[in-house]
Amino acid sequence: MNQPVIKVEDLWKIYQLGEVQVEALRGVSFEIEEGEFVAVMGPSGSGKSTLLNILGCLDRPTRGRYFLDGQEVSQLNENQLAQIRNQKIGFVFQTFNLLPRLTALQNVELPLIYAGVPSQKRKEQAIKSLEAVGLEDRVHHYPNQLSGGQQQRVAIARALVNNPSIILADEPTGNLDTRSSEEIMYILQGLNREGKTIILVTHERDIASHTRRILHFRDGQLVDDEIVEQPLEAGEILKELREEKVVESL
Amino acid sequence: MNLSETLHSAISSILSNKLRSFLTMLGIIIGVAAVIAMISLGEGTTEEIVGQIGSLGSNQITVIPGRSRGMPGMPVASRGGNMLEWEHYLQLRDFTFPGIKNIIVENTTSFPITYGRESVRGRVVGTTPQYPEVRNFKVDIGRFFDQRELDNAERVIVLGRTIAQDLFPSPEEALGKKIRVGRITATVIGVMEEKSTGIQDLGEQVFIPLTTMQKRLTGSKYIQSMTIQTETEENLDSVAQFLETFFLNRLKDPEKFSIINQQDILDTINQVTGTMTLFLTAITGISLLVGGIGIMNIMLVSVTERTREIGLRKAIGARPFDILIQFVIESSLLSALGGLIGIVLGIVGSQVISKFTSYPAIISVEAIIIAFSISVGIGLFFGIYPARRASQLDPIVALRYE
Ligand SMILES: Nc1ncnc2c1ncn2[C@@H]1O[C@H](COP(=O)(O)OP(=O)(O)O)[C@@H](O)[C@H]1O
Ligand SMILES: [Mg+2]
Repeated sequence: MNQPVIKVEDLWKIYQLGEVQVEALRGVSFEIEEGEFVAVMGPSGSGKSTLLNILGCLDRPTRGRYFLDGQEVSQLNENQLAQIRNQKIGFVFQTFNLLPRLTALQNVELPLIYAGVPSQKRKEQAIKSLEAVGLEDRVHHYPNQLSGGQQQRVAIARALVNNPSIILADEPTGNLDTRSSEEIMYILQGLNREGKTIILVTHERDIASHTRRILHFRDGQLVDDEIVEQPLEAGEILKELREEKVVESL
Repeated sequence: MNLSETLHSAISSILSNKLRSFLTMLGIIIGVAAVIAMISLGEGTTEEIVGQIGSLGSNQITVIPGRSRGMPGMPVASRGGNMLEWEHYLQLRDFTFPGIKNIIVENTTSFPITYGRESVRGRVVGTTPQYPEVRNFKVDIGRFFDQRELDNAERVIVLGRTIAQDLFPSPEEALGKKIRVGRITATVIGVMEEKSTGIQDLGEQVFIPLTTMQKRLTGSKYIQSMTIQTETEENLDSVAQFLETFFLNRLKDPEKFSIINQQDILDTINQVTGTMTLFLTAITGISLLVGGIGIMNIMLVSVTERTREIGLRKAIGARPFDILIQFVIESSLLSALGGLIGIVLGIVGSQVISKFTSYPAIISVEAIIIAFSISVGIGLFFGIYPARRASQLDPIVALRYE
C-alpha cells in the first residue's frame, strides 16, 4: 500500500476582508508521495503561503479536504494539530522566526520541550541537529550574533530536531544572498536524499529548479504540475561559487 | 512542556526587561510591604497593651463608685461620690460566691513620707493582704502585712522600690525603720520588687493596711475601689453578673457603682484592633488590586509584544495549554517576586519604624504567609485573562503580526 503523504482535494481558502472576499485558494487538488521534493512556485499573492500554512496544519481551509498520511486534518482538534506540528512537520519560515532571547541551541531545543523530551536527551538531539546543518561551532550564539544564512540554518535545525517526515519551507531563501541560498538548498537536498518529504515555496525559478517537481500557482489555482528533468545540484553550484571567489581574490 | 522549563522561560522573560518587571511589581511590593508593616506594628502594639493589662494580674473585675471608666489596676479618680464602704467588702468577702478567689480593696491618697531628713511625696495605698497576689506584684525584701495586722489596724508599711531607694541608702536598710506617713509613724516591714506597667513606675507607692489608713490617717469609711480576682477566666462573666446584683441590692442605684470586667476591656481592645486590621486589610486589598491590574496590563502588553513568539511556539507544537501555562506562570512569578520583595521591605520597614517610634513590632508569620499567598493569587488571577488571550491566538495571525 502506497498512500500519498499529502493529498488535497478541491481546497479553497477565502478571506473575508470587511465587505470584500479574497479567494486565496480556488479549488486546488494534488497529491505528494513520500520522499518527494516539491517546489510551489508562483507570483506574489498567488496563494503559496496560504497553501503551505494549510499543509502545515497552521491554518484550515474554507472548503475542501486535506489528508495527511491518510488522516483527514479537519477532523482533528487543536491539541492533535499541535502534536502533528510538533512530530510530523518541520516548518521553515522566510523570516527565520528564531526567538531572540534564546541561543541557537535553545531555539533548536524548543520543539523537543513541547514533545516532553528530558533535558539531557534534548541537548544531545539539538546539537546533532545543529551539526547536520554545519553549525556545531555556533551552538551558544544568539540569533543576532549570526548571519542570515546561519540563522536560517538554525531554523532548519529546529525543523529537523524532532525528526519529522515532512519539511515545509516558505521562501526559506527569500531573505538570503545567492551563496547562503545555495547553502540552504544544499542542506535541503541532502535531507531529501535521506528520505524527507520537502515542500518548498519560492517565487524564484533558480531555487525551484533544485527540486524535482514544481507546482505552478496563479491566482489561487494550480496551473501546472511540472517534473524537473535535471534538478540543479546545490553542491556543484557552491563549488563553482567558491572557485569564482578564489579567482576574484587572485 | 514541564514546569521547570516553564519556570525557566518565565524567569528569563522577567529578567530580560528588569526595569519594566520591577515597575510592574511595584504595586504588589508596596501593597505587601504595607500589610506586613501595619500588621507587625499593630500586633506589637496590641500585644504590649494586653501585656500591660495582664501584668497587673489576670482575671480581674474592678468595682468603683459612680459611673466611671478605667482599667482594672489603673483606678480612675472617681467622681461618683463616696458610695462603696468597708462594710461592703466585708459582706462580699463573707458571701463566698463560687469562682471568686481574692478580693482586695485599694484606697490611694497622697502624703508626705519622711524618714529623718529625707522626705518624698508618694502615693499611699491602703489595701488588703492579698494585694501582691492579685496585682501580681511581689514583695522583694521582708514581707507584706497580714490579716492580723489588717484586723488590728497596725502601723506597718511596705515601701515601693523607688521610695525605699529615695529614703534609704539601700532598700535592705529600710526594714524595721520607723517612717512618718502624714501624721502617723509606721514600721517598714517590706520593700516591693521593681515594677513598671510601661506607663507608670509602681515603685513610687507605699502600702499600709486599709484599716490603718481609714482609722489613723484619713478617718474615712469609704473605699475607692475593690478588685475581685476570679479562679479562672470562665468565671469572669458569672462573677461580674453576681457583683452587679450584689451592689444593686445594697446601693439601690446602678449609677452609684461601676463594674469593670478585665475581659471586657481586652475584648474591646481586640475589637478595636480587629476593626483596624479589617480597615487596613481593605486598604491593602485595594492597593493589591491596583497592583494586580498593573500586572494584567503589563501581561497584556507582553502578550501583544510576543505575538510572533506565540505564533512560532504554536507552529512548532505548543498546545494552547502550554502557552496559557507559560503566561500564567510568568505573571504569578512576577507577583510572587513582588510579594517577596514586599515582605522583606515590610519587615525592614516595621523594624525601622519600631526603632524610631518605640512602637513594638511583631513579625507575624501568618501575615507573611497570607501576604505571599495573596500576591501569588493575584498573579494567577490577573494573569489568566492575558494568558488565555495568548493561548487562543491563531498561529497564522500571530506569525504575520508585525
Ligand atoms: N489573513 C489574510 N487576510 C486577508 N487576506 C489574506 C490573508 N492572508 C493572505 N491573504 C491574501 O490571500 C492571497 C494569497 O496570499 P499568500 O498566500 O500570502 O500569497 P503568496 O504567499 O503566494 O505571496 C493574497 O491576495 C493575500 O493578500
Ligand atoms: Mg508568501
